[in-house]
Amino acid sequence: MSDWVEACDAEDIDEEDVMRFDHGGRTFAIYRSPDDGYFATDGLCTHEKVHLADGLVMDDVIECPKHNGRFNYKTGAARGAPVCVDLRTYPVKVDAGKVLVRIG
Amino acid sequence: MMTKGMVIIGAGECGGRAALALRELGYDGPVTLVGDEPHLPYERPPLSKDAMVADAPLIKAIASDAILAERSIRHIHSVLAVAIDRTAHVVRLSDGSALAYDKLLLATGSVPRKLPMPGLGGRCVYLRTFNDALAIRAHLSAGNRIAIIGGGFIGLELAAAARRLGAAVTIIEAQPRILMRGVPAEIAGVIHQAHEAEGVKILCGEGIAAIADDGAEVRIALAGGHDIVADLAVIGIGAMPVTGLAAEAGLTVDNGIAVDAELRTSDPDVFAAGDCCSFPLAIYGGRRVRLEAWRNAQEQGALAARNMLGAGEAHAAVPWFWSDQYGLTLQIAGLSDEGRSIVRRDLGDGAFILFHLAEDGRLVAASGIGAGNAVARDIRLAEMLIAKQARPAPEALGSQSVKLKSLLAA
Repeated sequence: MSDWVEACDAEDIDEEDVMRFDHGGRTFAIYRSPDDGYFATDGLCTHEKVHLADGLVMDDVIECPKHNGRFNYKTGAARGAPVCVDLRTYPVKVDAGKVLVRIG
Repeated sequence: MMTKGMVIIGAGECGGRAALALRELGYDGPVTLVGDEPHLPYERPPLSKDAMVADAPLIKAIASDAILAERSIRHIHSVLAVAIDRTAHVVRLSDGSALAYDKLLLATGSVPRKLPMPGLGGRCVYLRTFNDALAIRAHLSAGNRIAIIGGGFIGLELAAAARRLGAAVTIIEAQPRILMRGVPAEIAGVIHQAHEAEGVKILCGEGIAAIADDGAEVRIALAGGHDIVADLAVIGIGAMPVTGLAAEAGLTVDNGIAVDAELRTSDPDVFAAGDCCSFPLAIYGGRRVRLEAWRNAQEQGALAARNMLGAGEAHAAVPWFWSDQYGLTLQIAGLSDEGRSIVRRDLGDGAFILFHLAEDGRLVAASGIGAGNAVARDIRLAEMLIAKQARPAPEALGSQSVKLKSLLAA
C-alpha cells in the first residue's frame, strides 16, 4: 500500500510519550507506549478540538491537556467525561527506525 | 428498599454529571434532574470565552434530550426547588408539584455576588447563565464601551472576548492588583501585561464612589476622582454559593452547604456537590474549602452519584482550574496559599510554572502560564505530585532538564 506515511524517527518519541504529526492538512498524534509499542490517533480531542500531543501519556491513556478528557490511545476508546466520542486510530509500523502511519 | 429514586436539584455541570453517572453506575430507579433555567444542562466555561466571540453563541449541552430520554433521566426545567421536607423525603417545587426521594443531591451552584450600591440599572449586568451571556454579547461590538467591575477570571476573560470584537474595555479593580485571590503576583502580572498590550485599560486600587445608569449609558464615578462612561457595565466580583434551600431545611451551612469528605450534608440522605458546597480537603489536613471550578463540579457530581449509591468514597481530587485569555492559558493545581516558598521552572517561549512548597517541603500547588497548552502536561504531573503529598527537591523542580514524570516515580 502506498498510503503508509513516514511520521518521525522511532527515537524521536520517548517511552510513554506522544508527538504531534501533521500531514496533508490533517493532524495526528503518534504515541510510544511504556512497553515500546507505537500507535497513532487523530490529533485533536473529540471534546473541543485541542491538540492531544500537548497532553500527558500514562500507560495506555492519553489525557487531553485542556479538560482532562481521557482516551485509550491503543483503541481510541473515550474513557469518561467530558469526552464521549471515541478517537479514530490508525495502523502504525516501525521500519528501519522510522515510524510509519497508514492514513486512511 | 429504594423506590422513590434520586432527585438532583440544579441542572448545571455538577447536577448533569451526577445524573449521567447514576445511570453509568447501573442505577435503574427514577432519576430526576431539576433546573431553574430553560435549557438542557450545559457547560458554563465557554460563556466568558468562545461563546462570547461567536456571532451567535450556542449552548454546549452536557447531554442532549435524546441522551436524557435514552437514559430515563427526567429533566424538569424552568422550575425552582422551594422547600425540602427531610422527614417525609420530599422536595417541593415552584410549580406546586413535589418529588419524593430516597437520596437527594443539592447541586445548586453559585450566583454572582451583587455589587451593594444604589444606581444600578439595566446596563449593569452580571454573567452566570447562557441568557446572561446572550444579553452581554449583544453589546460587544466595535466601538462600544464596556466597563468591567472586578479583575477576576470572569471579568478578564470577558475583557479578552470584548477586545476580539473591537469593544473598548476598562477594568476597575478595588484591590492593588488583578487576580488577588488564588493567583500569584508573577502570573497575574503576565496576564495584566497581555491585557494592556491588547488595549484594555486596567485600573487597580480604584474604589467606586457612585454609579448612575440612565438606561442608555452607565457613569461610574471613581473614588479617585474621574468618571468612566460605558455602554455596558459587567460586574464580576465573585460568586456566592446558593444555600437558601439547604439552610431553610435546617442543613448545616458553613461558607456553602457543609458536607463531609463523602459529600454528605448533616442529613445522611442529602448530599451536596460543586460550587454550592464546602468540603474538607484531606491533602491540606482537612481544611474546609469551597471551589468554583468546572472540573470540581464534574468530579464531585460523579462522586456524589457513587456515594448516593453507597460507595462511601472520600473526595481526594486536587483542586484544578484554568483560564484562557487571548492566546494565553493559565492552569493552577492545588491551593497556592498553602505554600510558603516558590520555585520557578521555565518551559521556554515565556511559559513558566511556579511550584508552591509548604514549610515541610511538600508540594502544595503549581501555577503555570504560557501560550496555548504549554504548561498543561507539567501542571498535570504537578497535580499528581500534590496528590501524593510528595516532597520533590526544589532544584529538580526548577530545572527544565529534570522531567517531572521522573519525580513521580521517586
